[in-house]
Amino acid sequence: MTELTQPPATHPSTTRPRSREISGLALFMLRRVLALVLTVLVGVYLTIIIANMGGQVDELRIIQIRADVSEAVRANPAVAAAERPALIEAQVAQEVERLGLDQPFFWRSLDYLRRAMLLDLGRAEQMSSDLGSRQVSAIITERLPATLLLFGTANVLVFAVSLIVALGLSRRYGSALDRTIVALAPSSAAPGWFYGLFLILIFAFAWPIFPSGGMVTVPPPETAGAYALSVLHHMVLPVFAIFISSIFVSIYSWRTFFLIHSSEDHVEMARAKGLTDRMIETRYILRPTLPPIVTSFLLMLIGLWSGAIILEQVFNWPGLGTLLFQAIGFRDTPVIIGGVVIFAYLLALTVFLLDFLYALLDPRVRVGAP
Amino acid sequence: MRVAALWARIRPYPSAVAGAAIILALVLVAVVTVIAIPYNQAVTQWRGGDADWRMNPVNASPVWTNRLTGGNAPRTMRVTVDPDTIQRAPFEGGLQMRLPLSFDFPYDDFPSELTLMLTLSGTERAAFVDPVWQRPDGSEIRLGAQRITGADRIALSQDRALEGRLGDVPHVALFAQAQDRTRVVQGRYTLLIDAVLFDEGAELSAELLAFGRVHGLAGTDHLRRDLMLALLWGTPIALAFGILAAVGTTVTTLVIAAVGVWFGGLIDAVIQRLTEVTMILPILPILVMIGTLYSTSIWLMLGVVIALGIFSASIKMYRAMLLPLRRAPYIEAARAYGASNMRIVIRYMIPRILPVLIPSFVTLIPTYVFLEASLAVLGLGDPVLPTWGKVLNDAQTQGALFNGFYYWVIAPAVLLMLTGLGFALFGFALDRIFNPRLRST
Repeated sequence: MTELTQPPATHPSTTRPRSREISGLALFMLRRVLALVLTVLVGVYLTIIIANMGGQVDELRIIQIRADVSEAVRANPAVAAAERPALIEAQVAQEVERLGLDQPFFWRSLDYLRRAMLLDLGRAEQMSSDLGSRQVSAIITERLPATLLLFGTANVLVFAVSLIVALGLSRRYGSALDRTIVALAPSSAAPGWFYGLFLILIFAFAWPIFPSGGMVTVPPPETAGAYALSVLHHMVLPVFAIFISSIFVSIYSWRTFFLIHSSEDHVEMARAKGLTDRMIETRYILRPTLPPIVTSFLLMLIGLWSGAIILEQVFNWPGLGTLLFQAIGFRDTPVIIGGVVIFAYLLALTVFLLDFLYALLDPRVRVGAP
Repeated sequence: MRVAALWARIRPYPSAVAGAAIILALVLVAVVTVIAIPYNQAVTQWRGGDADWRMNPVNASPVWTNRLTGGNAPRTMRVTVDPDTIQRAPFEGGLQMRLPLSFDFPYDDFPSELTLMLTLSGTERAAFVDPVWQRPDGSEIRLGAQRITGADRIALSQDRALEGRLGDVPHVALFAQAQDRTRVVQGRYTLLIDAVLFDEGAELSAELLAFGRVHGLAGTDHLRRDLMLALLWGTPIALAFGILAAVGTTVTTLVIAAVGVWFGGLIDAVIQRLTEVTMILPILPILVMIGTLYSTSIWLMLGVVIALGIFSASIKMYRAMLLPLRRAPYIEAARAYGASNMRIVIRYMIPRILPVLIPSFVTLIPTYVFLEASLAVLGLGDPVLPTWGKVLNDAQTQGALFNGFYYWVIAPAVLLMLTGLGFALFGFALDRIFNPRLRST
């Protein structure tokens, strides 16, 4: 309910030359990027600390080194079978020293941090990508587009529909439709996956018109058009689940926000001048309220990234969430840690986008930026 | 007195009354559950300790589904022998017994399983039993002779030889009509057990379990456990988790925001930066990671949720509310009489914005209730406690929807929804009551 307590923005007046404005924006963005990189650094470092509390990461790496070394030694026909154990021990010790695993944790944690920040996430223990790669980054990049597709679509839909409906409702509040929406707002207490369970129950089992899970039919269609259609068909239920879990509260808060804003003096003035409803909405209500609207959109995105894990699991959607879930099943720690780091990056990217758009939309931000 | 005043303000809002009623009902259920089934008992029962789940059918629907579908599905029948009808004929070095297990079968559907429990006592030697199935129409089916020792549990439903002979699973074939094998012959059945015991002092007792297709008010799961236990105990756990997490995060966040605003400078800057760091920390993946690497104890999860919630994004909101208070005259007055910094923060600044926060606090509770359920659905539920989320997780892994065990998903889901709805309805209404700006619209 942040947007309700925010003071309404006044109409900005831009008189400064364009070039100065752009350089100001660039400077502001640069500062924000630096701040965000620092933030991600601290966030990822915290993740590493959490993941390392039980010494899990270290044990993991030593096991991996041992596996690699023994594989190499066994593959070498020049080494006699009796010499192998001693050679393996020697090489493992050498490798442990080379990687600094005998160093104090603090220095090593900095090394992990560097590797995580560069997205050098190491190799998975059990899992592999569909193409057969054991690299965690390969596994993750393979799953990322599916997550982006599903949640991108759902969010844009929720955002657009709730804004349009809220604008319409704010004009005739108190109507039956308005009261229904207000009454339905508490339904958003349940997350998307929860509605997903019921949607699957109804539309995949009781009345099977949509698939109960997955992203494409098996086997996948040959042509690109049929493939896209199949993906679309599979997307309907999960998108709808996200949609109904957030649409009503979204409409409710926007409607309240617009109601408060449309009683501002400059809107009354425009109305008195006899401007059309459409003009009042676009120029006098939407434009000055754009910054808080964008903020809340991106904040909603942040909230949804986390919810992704379970929704994807419920719908068996092959995205990051399902990947993380499978990694839990395999106890594949490198993939879990990699997934957390990727989520942190996604969130940071969202926050960065937020800052950028905010600066673009609200000139006061880049002038008075701290 | 204050409760009465609050009630007077709530009454005009039907949604608030409905929400309060739901919350009250849930709290009542929680209290009664905790008193009736103590924590330790619930845990051991759910894990199959002292509860005799063996007597329950597998995946039985709740009894009330009968009413819903208009069907007449069988309940579990426990048939024992009437002592007067037992016939004994001793012979040289042994005893011949005949135990008739008679029962009326009035249902329209077949039992889900048939099990014969035989207990032989007073002898070390194996006995020889020959059970014969007598149907209401007078026909007889031999179930196959067996040697038994001690206490034997003969799973008739899993008897492959019998199944092959009858042409269908025994618990269906033994009850089916000859012309239409999908229909049940109703009436009086008798399982006649002829036994030869090779010891004069020996005794045989028999019991027939015809497992039903419905059980109790909540049904059973794949391990024959009565879901009622999990549904009941899920209530106090969900409420405790939701309320503790909401209180923990809101109170700490509020205190930290107030401290930041009051002291300003470096402290404020550090708090602000920490908030930004926490904003990019993905809570659910971190919980997943902790659950995987360390422990899935619900109390550890609660601790982590609160720890990650301390520097949550709401600090920014509280800050905006608290900033104008810093220069308020009554705070100046408090400083003038020599109030300490902490006293000003705790006694003067926080209470001032508390009323505004109560609605958002109430609406925050279901978020955490669902978070606990989410973790359980991911398989990271508490290892010992029965919760709604764990029931959902079991249902999910056993393919409940695919197999048509809808009750297994619907009951915990409805309870979750009810909890969410109760707090959300109440919270939204409180929002309109406490924030006059919303009331006018």
